[in-house]
Amino acid sequence: MTDDKRFVPDEGLAPASSALPGAAGPLQETGPPPRNKWLDVWDQFKHHKGALYGGILFFAIVLVVFLGPLVWPYDATYIDIRARNQGPSLSHPLGTDQLGRDTLARMMAGGQTSVSVGITAMLLALFLGSLVGVVAGYFKRLDGILMRLTDLFLALPLLPLLLVMVLLFRDSLNAAFGPETGIFILIVGAIGVTSWMPTARIVRGDVLALKEREFVLAARSIGTRNSMMILRHILPNVLSPIMVSATLGIANAIITESALSFLGLGFPPDFPTWGRLLFDATDYLQQYPERVFWPGLAISLTVLSVNYLGDGLRDALDPRIRGR
Amino acid sequence: MLTFTIRRLVLAVPTLLFISLVIFLLLELAPGDPMAQVPLTVPPEVKEKMREALGLGQPMHIRFLKWIVQFFWIEPQILIDNIFGTGFADGKLRVMSWQTRSPVMDIVVQRIPQTLWVVGTAYMVGVLIALPIGIYSAYRQYSIFDQAGTFVSMIGFSVPPFFSGVLVIVIFSVNLGWFPSIYDTTHKVVDWDSFVIQLRQMVMPVMVLALQITAQISRFMRASMLDNLNQDYVRTARAKGLSEYIVVMVHVLRNSMIPVVTVIALGVPAIFGGAIITEQVFKVNGIGQLLIGAIQANDLPMVQTLTFIFALLIVVFNIIADVLYGILDPRIRYD
Repeated sequence: MTDDKRFVPDEGLAPASSALPGAAGPLQETGPPPRNKWLDVWDQFKHHKGALYGGILFFAIVLVVFLGPLVWPYDATYIDIRARNQGPSLSHPLGTDQLGRDTLARMMAGGQTSVSVGITAMLLALFLGSLVGVVAGYFKRLDGILMRLTDLFLALPLLPLLLVMVLLFRDSLNAAFGPETGIFILIVGAIGVTSWMPTARIVRGDVLALKEREFVLAARSIGTRNSMMILRHILPNVLSPIMVSATLGIANAIITESALSFLGLGFPPDFPTWGRLLFDATDYLQQYPERVFWPGLAISLTVLSVNYLGDGLRDALDPRIRGR
Repeated sequence: MLTFTIRRLVLAVPTLLFISLVIFLLLELAPGDPMAQVPLTVPPEVKEKMREALGLGQPMHIRFLKWIVQFFWIEPQILIDNIFGTGFADGKLRVMSWQTRSPVMDIVVQRIPQTLWVVGTAYMVGVLIALPIGIYSAYRQYSIFDQAGTFVSMIGFSVPPFFSGVLVIVIFSVNLGWFPSIYDTTHKVVDWDSFVIQLRQMVMPVMVLALQITAQISRFMRASMLDNLNQDYVRTARAKGLSEYIVVMVHVLRNSMIPVVTVIALGVPAIFGGAIITEQVFKVNGIGQLLIGAIQANDLPMVQTLTFIFALLIVVFNIIADVLYGILDPRIRYD
């Protein structure tokens, strides 16, 4: 795409003539300046309609969930027992639950937890994965041992282990940090520790290829240290796979957290998350089937939007596809 | 190929030992006391005796070795005894569940058929639906069918089983009343009528699991077909006048199936893990439900054995996938 623009007819030939010795006149601009890589990425991203709408939807969900409680009059924990089990109405658009708490307020509060768990766990997994991937790809001596470690982690049965971890460490962390922070740390830590492996593998592969490139050789020949080499030259170039795994990581973390809450091993009952709301609503499945619908829809829509976002990012960040 | 298989099998042994050590240490280092439920009026020396009766008196490494011996040496003997009626394992200590005081493996063997029925059927149904969808989506790339297939598989990826499961219960069980919402594991198939009942109670869990499997496998099938459709040998096949059906369904399909078969093999253990949630939703009395129950009851030998069985499945199916890949694709040489 950039090359096409630079060779617009009457400007494309200008530099050659002005570069000739003896050619008079001031040097002319050689077409538009080289475009920023991220502008190209954005151009390609815009063409992927699903990704664009997915991104918009995801940011809308995040905005509503975090800013909604500021304008919404009801508190998520406010109990109004006389208004319990109500259907949708003007004051409670999604109805109320068995204790008269407003479902919309609880959905927003639950969304805050679910989205924060998703993003924090993704950041942790991304950090671990990039660290292992870069170190394994860059330092040959550590490659074997780190990749065996990754293989071992991939062979662990993750959901059972997560359940065991949550059950076993819940009480001690609760005692140390209080019930809400403790379980937050536990779930984020557990999901992060068990989902860094795909990132590590992808990053390692890219680093291995980058290490053989000329610019790395050039940087090394002027005496760049390893730490600088990784920060300046390697990391910016493996940013694309990291960003793609980031989106997939959010989706994965949100689903895992909801699954744990759904199995009753996640956040405590008075602390709503989408998974917990779904779990509570299944008790009233016969009487109020619509109650399971909202949290389930929220989880599915968030994950769907993030997945589409990741799909579009993958296409936009891949220079082989970009510009087609 | 044979040396590769043997090498992989030999390498699997340290991997499995390490995994069992990780699981053991995780359970061991965790705070939590199996005696926590015992009333405070029980004197400490009696508690100590109960602890020893559970096998908790010895140091950590001895208990780990004991578990290894029980799981890898005594349990296979029990299996041989049961099949051939021999008496190798008479009077030997087995891995005992703290919850029920019966051997863990006996309970697991009771529970596995339920899981296999549901998960196995779901996997077969899912794969059988996924393959034609993948083939046709690739053959008519970017057609309406392809776009719809992409969308459906995105939904399959994004809707978690604990939502789709509850959703089908609301639709088919609460509103329409077609299928029972709870899977009755005591139901025995003896004649046609009971077989129909069995089928009806299996429809919903199978539907939920199959949606996820279809989403994944159909994507792989499509990508793999797309890779092959542009190859030179396809043009050659067309050029020599083969019919379109033969070209696609014989030449392209056979080559595209190579990676898909390995993906299908790799997906089996993941499905066992994912079935934990589906079993919970539909109250299927399988090994996933057993694991959740054991976790809640602090039954450490049961949790350890079950988690290890899941790990064993992953390692075994990884080897199967690798070996299959080598057998199916003669271009792959492992040595």
